Amino acid sequence: MSVKATIDGQEVTVPEGTSILDACTQLGTDIPTFCYGPTITPANACRVCMVEVEGSRVLVPSCSRALEEGMVVKTGTERAEHSRRLVLELLGSASELDRSSDEVHGWIEEYGADSSRFGPDAETVAQPAKVQDDLYVRDYERCILCYKCVDACGVDHQNTFAITVAGRGFDAHISTEFDVTLPDSACVYCGNCIAVCPTGALEGKIAWDMKEAGTWDADAQEVTRTVCSYCGVGCNLDIHTQDGRIVDVTSPLDHEVTLGNLCIKGRFGWSFVHAGASEPEGAAGGTGS
Amino acid sequence: MDLRALLEQPTEVERDAVDSLLGPAEPFNGRVMFGGHSARQQRHLLLPALHAVQDATGTVTRGALGYISERLTVPPAEAYGVATFYALFDVDSAGGSKAHVCDDIVCAQAGAEDLCSRLEADGVEYERSPCLGQCDRAPAVMYHRPGTGYGVSAPVAADTAGVFGFDDLSPGVVHQEASELRLLRRVGVVDPTSIDAYIESGGFQTLAKAKELGPEAVIEELKMSGLRGRGGAAFPIGIKWEGVRDAPGDEKYVIANGDESEPGTFKDRLVMEGDPFAVVEAMAIYGYVTGATQGYIYVRGEYPTAEKRLLAAVRQAAAAGFLDNFDLEVRRGAGAYICGEETALFASIEGHRGEPRQKPPFPTTHGVFQKPTGINNIETLVATLEVVANGGEAFARIGTDQSTGPKLFCVSGAVSNPGVFEVEFGTTLGELLDLAGGISGGSGFGAVLMGGAAGVFADESALDVPLTFEHTREAGTTMGSGAIVFFDDQTDFTAVLRRIAQFFRDESCGQCVPCRIGTVRQEEALARIGSGAALGSIEEEKVRLDDLALVMTDASICGLGQTAASAIQSAMRLGLA
Ligand SMILES: Cc1cc2nc3c(=O)[nH]c(=O)nc-3n(C[C@H](O)[C@H](O)[C@H](O)COP(=O)(O)O)c2cc1C
Ligand code: SF4
Ligand code: SF4
Ligand code: SF4
Ligand code: FES
Ligand code: FES
Repeated sequence: MSVKATIDGQEVTVPEGTSILDACTQLGTDIPTFCYGPTITPANACRVCMVEVEGSRVLVPSCSRALEEGMVVKTGTERAEHSRRLVLELLGSASELDRSSDEVHGWIEEYGADSSRFGPDAETVAQPAKVQDDLYVRDYERCILCYKCVDACGVDHQNTFAITVAGRGFDAHISTEFDVTLPDSACVYCGNCIAVCPTGALEGKIAWDMKEAGTWDADAQEVTRTVCSYCGVGCNLDIHTQDGRIVDVTSPLDHEVTLGNLCIKGRFGWSFVHAGASEPEGAAGGTGS
Repeated sequence: MDLRALLEQPTEVERDAVDSLLGPAEPFNGRVMFGGHSARQQRHLLLPALHAVQDATGTVTRGALGYISERLTVPPAEAYGVATFYALFDVDSAGGSKAHVCDDIVCAQAGAEDLCSRLEADGVEYERSPCLGQCDRAPAVMYHRPGTGYGVSAPVAADTAGVFGFDDLSPGVVHQEASELRLLRRVGVVDPTSIDAYIESGGFQTLAKAKELGPEAVIEELKMSGLRGRGGAAFPIGIKWEGVRDAPGDEKYVIANGDESEPGTFKDRLVMEGDPFAVVEAMAIYGYVTGATQGYIYVRGEYPTAEKRLLAAVRQAAAAGFLDNFDLEVRRGAGAYICGEETALFASIEGHRGEPRQKPPFPTTHGVFQKPTGINNIETLVATLEVVANGGEAFARIGTDQSTGPKLFCVSGAVSNPGVFEVEFGTTLGELLDLAGGISGGSGFGAVLMGGAAGVFADESALDVPLTFEHTREAGTTMGSGAIVFFDDQTDFTAVLRRIAQFFRDESCGQCVPCRIGTVRQEEALARIGSGAALGSIEEEKVRLDDLALVMTDASICGLGQTAASAIQSAMRLGLA
């Protein structure tokens, strides 16, 4: 079954169940997203992807609402753009967005979002980063509570349920039970939460150290696609190197089997490559255990 | 899913509290749990289990949470996420007795700040609380004594000893003559603890009549009656009940929404405390008509007396055979205004954080446990008894064309005689104020807040407006949940607005950005204005507040965020602040 609808005056026909967002993407219309990800069920939480739907009193989240027969969708109205700007301003006023993607910085510019307008005393989620092991860092002053890591760790991918959203309202935050350290939690260090985090709140230890030291230089990095050699599954690895050294390992989210997920060995088990050599500048401590 | 358990062990008291709810445990010694499918199907018992340990000890410790996780095969992190969502669970605290002092907009008028200072001076353990639904008896305190239970003190006696000293089991007070009343006629007149008294007053005859008529005919009567929901959304009840009945599937649920947490609202409490059997009878009819075999009455966690009365009423009604093929369960909330929102309430019953869900799909087809569900407000349910007993046509003759039937209003604040008043739709706000004895203390009228914190402030011109859905809409006001709070002309409205902003900030579930952060920015702006420290000019602050209002209204997931700026914006328009 397919449905026919109108988006910004253009007629579209898509299979039933297609989200408004996916239909817009097919038309080449760019809509900002935070909690949506290609491998994650959208939490419908950030509300940056709002569009206007004729007949609806309030705006509609394009990532979580299926296109319906006869729907008339408008993506660029004043109301929709106002909401996107305000969501970007609100997020920026509460969380550090400096390590978000270029795309995010592009949206901030495009919508003229000025998060300083809420004043210097606006409450934020600022807090010390949780550095509890040599593998990865949870730097929650960068967290925008998109729920992606929780869903990756839980029902969407890993089924480990090591982390959750705790607290309520502005105090809501990502946590283990009673905030125990990761080594004391159920975490298996698959790093699949890192793979989906949109803001750099979750980061491999070496990459985080380098970013803190200001030595991380994405433009100077090379990415080499290879296959993990630890077991027979055949997960793809993207090896990020800078100055001839591995600085991070990721996995392509569009891999049809793994959806970018790895296990502890694939994601973190590469420190032996540089065993005996000196650390890259800015990176304290090794990886792998 | 193999789950790792916490290392800490529960105490005997904690273990007993959980076991008395879930039954004795199988032996378990490892760190990995294999509870399997049957245990996971008990996830919905998470809140009752957390209540059990909180009730017994005044806290939820690591050992207790770990034990509950293990018994229900809920990941400890998730159980922690749920426990920390609800204000009445004190996670990882020292425990012990505690007072919850209401400092919300009505109690603030009645000396809540003084009370807090006195408690402070006397070293009494207390926490500030949003409206406790006792506004007719302000200032109010709810207290908890581990092992003994919860109680309410209202109005609080002058000495702090009174805070823990008063067990309120008296039936609510109704100021009107029973002979003039329909919905409230039994409250304060018929013993709410005795099924015999209820039956003697005509109780359970309406259930018998419904069964005589059959489901379709009951739905027809409801449609004819024009009855619309009293929980705030004013949805036509006949259509809702028919929707649940017609929804595909055998497993269906009906729910009585007794979470009543809108500041200034206490009508459902009066009904649940004073006429619990009527709620039970209406639920039995609801189940019969829709084909639901399981029902829940979700009672606000701060209503201990209502919960006790309803539990007893359900037990007696079941024993007397009035609940055949219908399992009716009372569930207790745990301190979260948002759980009154229907989809958040479903999540809460299921044992999750009370986070609202996207609609569509609607509850009629995808409600609690993703099954077809009918959910109605307590007052709505009691009104359905009127419809079935006397016929839809007779009901429709009461009130106006579009707003039919009797309606309960909660009048509080600066009035001589606060309370719940039952009037016909079309009564003016001024007449209601007269019923409540007029503005108290010789002061003049300041403003009225209609519909609670999510409602609208109005000036004296509103006194002439008939209270109906259509007239209030036309006048730009609202009836919302039936809360009407009066303020005298001495009121510091900036402080009132700030308290309202704080309410939304505290009660936001935190899921969506416009509400989670917008309510904080709104409160910060009002605080700045209140202390004369505007960021830029007052005009700039107002632009900011307008921008926040628009994004919260337009882009929030649920009604909480969508109405979080309503009262504040209306007050600004009136020039109150
Ligand atoms: C934030 C919020 C809180 C609510 N609280 C309550 C409540 O305490 N009691 C209630 O009956 N309805 C409440 N509602 C409305 C319910 O979602 C739902 O519409 C109502 O229970 C339906 O019953 P009715 O049709 O009988 O009115 C609330 C809605 C929102 C958005
Ligand atoms: S590393 Fe894996 S197991 Fe640990 S929190 Fe992240 S997703 Fe969960
Ligand atoms: S840590 Fe990252 S993925 Fe997790 S909620 Fe925060 S921003 Fe989202
Ligand atoms: S509007 Fe507020 S209460 Fe409702 S879902 Fe969003 S954050 Fe939660
Ligand atoms: S991307 Fe749609 S709500 Fe977050
Ligand atoms: S009980 Fe205090 S404001 Fe309602």
